[in-house]
Amino acid sequence: MNQNEFVHIITPFKDKLFRLAKRMLVSTEEAEDATQEVLVRLWNKNSSLKQYNSVEALAMTMTKNYCLDQLKSKRATNLQIVHNNYQDKQASVETQIEYQNTLHWAEKLINDLPEQQRIILQLREIEEYEFSDIAQVLEMNETAVRVALSRARKTLREQIEKTHNYGIHVS
Amino acid sequence: MLVEQLVEKYFQGETTIAEEKQLKAYFSSSDIAPHLVRYQSLFGYFETQKGTQFEQKLPLQPRKQSTVKWIGIAASFVVLFGLATFFLYPTEPKNEDLGTFDNPEEAYLETQKALLMVSEQVNFGMESVSHLKEYEKTKKTIFK
Repeated sequence: MNQNEFVHIITPFKDKLFRLAKRMLVSTEEAEDATQEVLVRLWNKNSSLKQYNSVEALAMTMTKNYCLDQLKSKRATNLQIVHNNYQDKQASVETQIEYQNTLHWAEKLINDLPEQQRIILQLREIEEYEFSDIAQVLEMNETAVRVALSRARKTLREQIEKTHNYGIHVS
Repeated sequence: MLVEQLVEKYFQGETTIAEEKQLKAYFSSSDIAPHLVRYQSLFGYFETQKGTQFEQKLPLQPRKQSTVKWIGIAASFVVLFGLATFFLYPTEPKNEDLGTFDNPEEAYLETQKALLMVSEQVNFGMESVSHLKEYEKTKKTIFK
């Protein structure tokens, strides 16, 4: 397999790897580094790639594991970057900005979920994976994936209802 | 199915991909029922995330492992050729005929001459080593 063939294989899913890494690591730079690292590792595996049914699932699993390792080592060295959500005290006039804020708010809600639920939400809602595919990537069974997903969605809903009832964004 | 039912099913985690696409389409439209507007930002957020792309270049280097392999193969070929030429084309014996004597007496004299020369050379070598005896002597006087 040469470089062109390899690029051809990874093109359909390299953005998915990046989005998953970004969901887990939050920082764009770190997500880029993680994606590069995973793709280079995949390239080094090269000759053995053909024995995998789905290179995409393999790559997603590698990304997940790599990011979990990164998070673990970050926590171990106490270098965790706290994502500060600063909010404007003044109400914004433009609806566009209002919309941006709610999107930002949705992102914050999701990023506050436990890691596993975040990964599952990412794969389901954004990449639109079937449960069996998610189970393969996460190396767990389908039922557990379903349970975790519904838990994640319920948490999101509770947060949305809270905000709706009190009219404030809980940060 | 009513959108409300679909939303309920969604939060129970029981919708299929197709149904979820239907929901996303509904929430991206401008015609959303007032009591469902609060979920719009969630579905809207999912849609915006799909566009995120990875635009970094890939630092792909040719695999090191394979270069090592090729060097190995090349080296083994060199060794193979070396052995092959050594065994298949043995160097022809050089002309070692140095001449001979017909007369035995003459041969005897020549041999003597040659042996004498050798012994002279040996004695010459011994002379230069003889001063080692001095060391031996000194050593004996010190370590008795």
